[in-house]
Amino acid sequence: MIYAEILAGGKGSRMGNVNMPKQFLSLNKRPIIIHTVEKFLLNDRFDKILIVSPKEWINHTKDILKKFIGEDSRLVVVEGGSDRNESIMNGIRYIEKEFGIQDDDIIVTHDSVRPFLTHRIIEENIDAALKYDAVDTVISAIDTIIASEDKEFISDIPVRDTMFQGQTPQSFRIKKLVDLYEQLSDEQKAVLTDACKICSLAGEKVKLVRGEVFNIKVTTPYDLKVANAILQERISQ
Amino acid sequence: MINQTYRLVSPRQFEVTYKDKVINSDKVVIRPTHLSICAADQRYYTGSRGKEVMDKKLPMALIHEGIGKVMHDPTGTFKVGTRVVMVPNAPTEQHEIIAENYLRTSRFRSSGYDGFMQDYMFMDPDRLVELPDNLNPRVAAFTELITITMHALSRFERIAHHKRDIFGVWGDGNLGFITSLILKKRYPNSKVYIFGKTPYKLDHFSFVDAVYQINDIPDDVKLDHAFECVGGRGSESAVQQMINHVEPEASLALLGVSEYPVEIETRMVLEKGITLIGSSRSGREDFVRTVDFLAEYPEVAEYLETLIGGCHPVHSIEDITNVFEADLTSSWGKTVIEWEI
Repeated sequence: MIYAEILAGGKGSRMGNVNMPKQFLSLNKRPIIIHTVEKFLLNDRFDKILIVSPKEWINHTKDILKKFIGEDSRLVVVEGGSDRNESIMNGIRYIEKEFGIQDDDIIVTHDSVRPFLTHRIIEENIDAALKYDAVDTVISAIDTIIASEDKEFISDIPVRDTMFQGQTPQSFRIKKLVDLYEQLSDEQKAVLTDACKICSLAGEKVKLVRGEVFNIKVTTPYDLKVANAILQERISQ
Repeated sequence: MINQTYRLVSPRQFEVTYKDKVINSDKVVIRPTHLSICAADQRYYTGSRGKEVMDKKLPMALIHEGIGKVMHDPTGTFKVGTRVVMVPNAPTEQHEIIAENYLRTSRFRSSGYDGFMQDYMFMDPDRLVELPDNLNPRVAAFTELITITMHALSRFERIAHHKRDIFGVWGDGNLGFITSLILKKRYPNSKVYIFGKTPYKLDHFSFVDAVYQINDIPDDVKLDHAFECVGGRGSESAVQQMINHVEPEASLALLGVSEYPVEIETRMVLEKGITLIGSSRSGREDFVRTVDFLAEYPEVAEYLETLIGGCHPVHSIEDITNVFEADLTSSWGKTVIEWEI
């Protein structure tokens, strides 16, 4: 089975003085998360599409899904966890309980606030996850990346050609991800906020899929402005 | 949902734009899978349409030949996964006499209206025709071009007299190939002669009864009817030769698009009582008949496989430019795009 898991665990702290998590803010009059979910619904390779939401926002998530999309048997809203990886795991626990997990099951995880992804990015994630077990979506680093351990002085300037910026989706063979996650101590779990890093630290190869510059994460008021602006481009016919 | 549309913004330059679309509406959602480049697309891509037209029509997504897969259908017309050919003509009204492709109010994709270079297409169910399972998608990609012949033929059959023993087809390009092939299949007891300029192109026409170089046509070649598939500046001399070689009361079907006014020797049109039949583009009915025809005659689809000049996967905007450039330098056939962007 092929699952999608849309991570809507964020509570919007970076969005400034807004009481609502950023995934529910409007992009051209519809919540950002709706745009994202619709893109996944258009891919018929997914057997189920899980939407992971903070507990207190589950009802709201269900309400807007019903309002903007309607009933769809492939959509399930699941309660999120304490952090990103715990949220992914909660989704996987739901899958295990409801359907059981087979060796070749994969999961495509995606930020609910990246509504600009394309059909190609999803397809290449699925194909690569089936083949390589772990996949990250990246774009070449545009700016030079500066490392600073003390946040005062440069500690390293890595060669830009070898630097990439991580986006989502991140996709995994479910059994592999669960095995690696369970081997981590609680301390490690707290530090390893990126699921691909869990794989790569364990020595697993993580395949890169090319993202898009426009596959932006809408996390700040500035991002939301940019996202709305590019949609307002009224040269459309 | 945010739908990416890949538009030509100026000659040789594409950009991505984004449109907000709702998946549950009265439209069927299709993922384009195989597209094909038409000469009309190239005229926009290279900027040869002239500044005024370019300013008026761009930015615009190109491509009006293509097939796709139904991904979502709130209308309940198609099952998800159905392979369909997309009809680029979009009528806004119905008329009891005038066909949809001649209504001045109709819109046509990649001619002032976004074509198929999009992440997903949102189309009315009657603008889609289901494809048979066994049809090669690379051939199906240029179904629209085949409908041009089918449409012209249906007009010809309605108008032309019934002596149809010898047909002449002018033009050794894609449309000439398709028209000759379909004539040969449709009229197995008739002779089809091809008239063209380029020897290596004419070599592909293995199924015709005679091949003539246009600068070396014997005077005694006589035709009952003729089809012009040349277009451009060459239309003029093609039509002249057709007039010279057809018997009186013949019909001449004109299919080739020309940017320029074409002079026609009307004296001989009058003297011979020739009927000129213009035709342009096609409508839904032509798509249905074309798909049925290809399903009924799989050997035609096999011949059409030899018309595939190149097949290029496209994953990025850079690839789009590259495939248009490759098409410009391609010496034969249709350039097919595997739409994987």
